[in-house]
Amino acid sequence: MPAAPPTPATEDQLPTATLAKPIVVFENVSVTFDVKPVLNNISFTVREGETRIILGPAGCGKSVLLKLANGLLKPDFGTITVLDNQVSSMREVDLFKLRERIGMVFQESALFDSLSVEDNVAYRLHEDLVPEAEAHRRVLEVLRFVELDQVISKFPSELSGGMRRRVSIARAIINKPDLILYDSPTGGLDPITSTTIVELILKQRDVSNTTSLLITHRLQDAFTLAMNRYNQQTGAMEPIPNHGIDDRTRFLVLNEGEIVFDGTTMQLVKSTDPWLRDYLS
Amino acid sequence: MPFVSPEVFAKQKIAAVQDYSILAGHAFANLFSKPRYWADIYTQMDYIGFGSLPIVVLTGFFTGCVLALQSATSLQEFGAISMTGNLVALSMVKELGPVLTGLMVSGRNASGMASEIGSMKVTEQIDAMRALGTDPVRKLVTPRLIATIFMLFFLTILSDAVGVAGGAMVSVTLLGLNPSSYFHNSYRALYYADIVQGLTKPLFFGFIIASVGCYFGMNTKGGTQGVGRATTQAVVVSSVFIIIVDFLLSRTMIGIFGR
Repeated sequence: MPAAPPTPATEDQLPTATLAKPIVVFENVSVTFDVKPVLNNISFTVREGETRIILGPAGCGKSVLLKLANGLLKPDFGTITVLDNQVSSMREVDLFKLRERIGMVFQESALFDSLSVEDNVAYRLHEDLVPEAEAHRRVLEVLRFVELDQVISKFPSELSGGMRRRVSIARAIINKPDLILYDSPTGGLDPITSTTIVELILKQRDVSNTTSLLITHRLQDAFTLAMNRYNQQTGAMEPIPNHGIDDRTRFLVLNEGEIVFDGTTMQLVKSTDPWLRDYLS
Repeated sequence: MPFVSPEVFAKQKIAAVQDYSILAGHAFANLFSKPRYWADIYTQMDYIGFGSLPIVVLTGFFTGCVLALQSATSLQEFGAISMTGNLVALSMVKELGPVLTGLMVSGRNASGMASEIGSMKVTEQIDAMRALGTDPVRKLVTPRLIATIFMLFFLTILSDAVGVAGGAMVSVTLLGLNPSSYFHNSYRALYYADIVQGLTKPLFFGFIIASVGCYFGMNTKGGTQGVGRATTQAVVVSSVFIIIVDFLLSRTMIGIFGR
């Protein structure tokens, strides 16, 4: 049983970008389903512009953590503050307003299967009663961003898994959210499609500088995000020169409902924790 | 099915009643605040109302037919076969019209609601809706509640009408009664209290069908198997509720109107 203590970085060890305004703050959060503790005394902070990659074995509470951040679940103990709102104690009716500022990409895309791609992506705009012409223009714009404007009139059942995931990303970013939550966006996809999705996430990070939390099971995806950047001139992903590492990308590793690592890419790679080394290998 | 202790079982049932009450109350309260999803309401009205027309008309018509046929045998013994119209009209308007329409719409629509919402639940579409800033109760449950209550009222009127017509067809063609006398007796048999009683019931039955169907849909767990279970439970529970509430309403109405 890997009961290694968390190895958080102290403030002076952190890159300057991470000292920005806190966007997501978990303080001593615990959740129990029936009698099984899922998250136990979790505390961490995600700052503005940061991409926080959440790693951990299956069933360690990663998806629960993301749903807590969006107020879809409530913690049993502790407080969660997102975009200066304490979501752990907010009423559902107030959460609906806050969620307009948060985009979420679900594990299985969770597209509305009775709506076309256009209506799925424009869902939030239709809710806000945006005029149809304006909504169509914005849908096209965001579908071009995910390189899927040709499927605008199709239904989710007519799309491949990778396409559905990209439409889901388009739906999450159409309102230019302040925070994006990605729940295993590459889960169940082949390596080539996964790379396309990671490239898209990276593009969103570097073009819009949006704060994000991202769950992944693929270490390769996590390190691709940490060691690459999006070149707007070439329109493609490229490695950061001189084996550089993106200082806005940080890691949180969970195991059995507890944080076993919270820090930068370099700290993760250099960690001497035996469980972590075993997990990373 | 695993056995659970009586205490756990009782707690589960009480929690289910509590969740149902909260959902039904929330859906009802949404009637009085914005936003209202009119497009969804009209779509559901079309699906529930117009879509249920064939089964309601067929059920009502043949129930009226069989009612006339069966009652004529007993009435003949007392030489009162001309009272067939009274009996069919009273039975259809006060009891069989509302209850059979309720049960038919329950079988068709409570199951439809549970499976549709249940599928959305297990594929995280309900969570996605919440994540996109929409209240799923307001978007999914309230339109179904309004549509079912509104349409069941008119479906019941239609069922009553075709039931009386079915009784007339049998009475005239098979029993040899005079059509004018049949309709006259039917008309004379009905009092204001009977109509009120017959048209109050579908309002309650509509509420039961929509709220129970949506409750089981919103609480679906366990993938496709769970959707199937929710669908079955929705039909069974709403049908039983309709029968029980029918008895309670009948007793109350008889208490109020004296018939």
